[in-house]
Amino acid sequence: MDYSLEMLNALVLIGNYILIPTLAYGSQLTLGALGVTLTFGILRFSNFAHAELMGFGTMITIFVTWYLQNAGIGIAPLPTALLALPIGIISTIALVLVMDRVTFYHYRKIKSKPLIFMIVSIGLMFFIGGIVRLLIGGKDQVFVDGVRFIFSAREFKKFSGLSEGLAFKVSQGVTIVVTFIAVIALFAFLNRTRFGKAMRAYADNENLALLSGINPERVVMITWVITAILAVLAGVLYGLDKSFKPFIYMQFLLPIFASAIVGGFGSPLGAIAGGYLIAFSEIAVTFVYKKFFTYLLPATWAPEDLWQILTTEYKFAVSFIILVIVLLIRPQGIFKGKEG
Amino acid sequence: MNRHLMLFGLMAALLLATGFLQSWNNALAIVNMCLISAIMALGVNLQWGYAGLLNFGIMGLSAIGGLAVVLVASQPVAAAWHAGGGGILLSALIIGSTAAALIVIKHAVKPPRLRLLGITVTTLSGLFLLIVVYFPAREAIEAVDPTKTGFLGGVGLPIIVSWLFGALLAAGVAWLVGKVSLGLRSDYLAIATLGISEIIIAVLKNEEWLSRGVKNVSSLPRPVPYEVDLQQSEGFIALAERLGFGGVEFSAIIVKLCYAGLFSIVLLVLLWFAERLLRSPWGRMMRAIRDNETAARAMGKNVTARHLYLFVIGSGVVGMAGAMMTTLDGQFVPGTYNPLRFTFVIWVMVIAGGSGNNFGSILGGFLVWFFWVQSEPIGRGLLELLTIGFDEQSPIREHLLKNAAQARLVMMGLTLLLITRYAPKGLIPEETFRR
Repeated sequence: MDYSLEMLNALVLIGNYILIPTLAYGSQLTLGALGVTLTFGILRFSNFAHAELMGFGTMITIFVTWYLQNAGIGIAPLPTALLALPIGIISTIALVLVMDRVTFYHYRKIKSKPLIFMIVSIGLMFFIGGIVRLLIGGKDQVFVDGVRFIFSAREFKKFSGLSEGLAFKVSQGVTIVVTFIAVIALFAFLNRTRFGKAMRAYADNENLALLSGINPERVVMITWVITAILAVLAGVLYGLDKSFKPFIYMQFLLPIFASAIVGGFGSPLGAIAGGYLIAFSEIAVTFVYKKFFTYLLPATWAPEDLWQILTTEYKFAVSFIILVIVLLIRPQGIFKGKEG
Repeated sequence: MNRHLMLFGLMAALLLATGFLQSWNNALAIVNMCLISAIMALGVNLQWGYAGLLNFGIMGLSAIGGLAVVLVASQPVAAAWHAGGGGILLSALIIGSTAAALIVIKHAVKPPRLRLLGITVTTLSGLFLLIVVYFPAREAIEAVDPTKTGFLGGVGLPIIVSWLFGALLAAGVAWLVGKVSLGLRSDYLAIATLGISEIIIAVLKNEEWLSRGVKNVSSLPRPVPYEVDLQQSEGFIALAERLGFGGVEFSAIIVKLCYAGLFSIVLLVLLWFAERLLRSPWGRMMRAIRDNETAARAMGKNVTARHLYLFVIGSGVVGMAGAMMTTLDGQFVPGTYNPLRFTFVIWVMVIAGGSGNNFGSILGGFLVWFFWVQSEPIGRGLLELLTIGFDEQSPIREHLLKNAAQARLVMMGLTLLLITRYAPKGLIPEETFRR
């Protein structure tokens, strides 16, 4: 056999099972982690309700998608959910602002400890989660439509003549593109605009920011608006890629926290690094390398074992293990976040 | 004090009402879980109320208590021990000696480069040995009659022993966890313990040689008589008839009463112990540390060591409650543990009841568990009221009523939000002692 062909096959295998899934899942984690990291950096507490915000926004988006699908309105080949997304975002922004006014505002006024904010966010987690489950039920909801693949494994094999296939789903492509745009927009906002600069100043030194005339309530409001946008984007993209199930978002919360903390809690750049790192580790550690080595090594050395570092059941645990290790060794994360 | 008595009276009235309106069997089932919840809440209160430690690993600790029941009470599987017992023991030895070697290297080797090299080499060789020994042993054990056993089994001791062992096991794990993570800032500690408890559940789900994983361990022995045996004794039937119950129902009630008696004894002993701790000079020191850590440090108190102590004790209490719960269920099902039900609801109990007050935690455990169970009928009633304007057959109404069970989450959330806002100290606030 031609050895370079074997090597190409091995590369395609990695691309199909590790690279593309990492990019897609990592993007979803990044969007989620950016949300919690902003809340942590500016409002100074770990927001346990974040995952339920994702669930809420996705639920509204699903309702609107169903309505549009019934009315026969669509943007094929792209999923209809993208058309419904703005309404999901607007409703979630409304929810977050009401939520802040009814709950967190009071604790800001009496200058409660961050711990109290966190406990309140757990109350909100229960409340919003319950509302979502009441409205949409606890079951799986599939709402993806349009074309499924940008190119499928079979098309790739035909085109390249390799024996390994490479599939690229539309939902993955959409995830990566939307995340790219959202991250660019967020950084442009934080670095270029007046409000963005005000937010960063507030995050760095609250008292100094207040002295220079920044309106704290305005900063808080904008933070919530951005958090809501990021949460709904992450939730809808995750739901499109996998499927929507209310308590899946609850399970998603810890990998999101893990990403944010690994990158450096409070640092947007860290959230991106953390998101992709966690996604890569979860996928790479549970990948079965047997076929990969079969391609690379001579036939006589072909491995008999699976060559898997951890079984697939430990997939979720991987992010927690990384989280715990990082917390113990370098609590401030890769990019120095807020003091740990 | 009167207000407290009134609150406990209200709780008793709620339970009595359940007995009269629904059934005594149902009421006692709720009481038993209330007792276990109260013990868990006591354990969390020892950590949070006394020392301000945020332990979100309650789920993992309860599961470890459940594992203890399996290890103590189920019968040993001789074939599995024969197949891979030695390998598992050897693996434990390898882990232990690697850890010991690492500690020695960390303390004895001074040059940083040499130390790093030593640590890397020791870890890698330990891992290598573990792979060689552990995986074959695991495979051999799991191959032994996998539909019935496929695990090592326990030691076949009376199941009550497992409550103590559950406490010790959970305390041991908590010592390890606390040793490495108590230095973290409060909310990082919360997230770290949440992550660790997920890791514990993942291990229990997948290491079948230990706990049969998702295949569950069922038909664990009981510390109380079986209903069937009771129904066959003639004196029992006569008693049931005199009291006006059916034999089957009465036997179920008696069994639950036995459990309730055992659980109450444990709860009272723990309450006595916790109150003694709270009122001792040691308890005052703990509150001093909680309220002003820096000042306490300046007074020469070893804050980290004291924190570790309470973390371990509180976790032991939670582990004991976890073992009691598995005993009550009669089976160990790792798949049922989820953080919402096993960590956050317990926290709602402590905060709603009154952080720092043991009686508050017990009240919280009872009240919150009662409403957690009864929120389904309550939620259904509320939803029927809300959708009163809708048509009987309206799909929206039907859909909402179908999901009525989810109302319990909404109620938990509202409880937590209202309590933190309007009664931040809980229903029975912490007392301050002046002596």
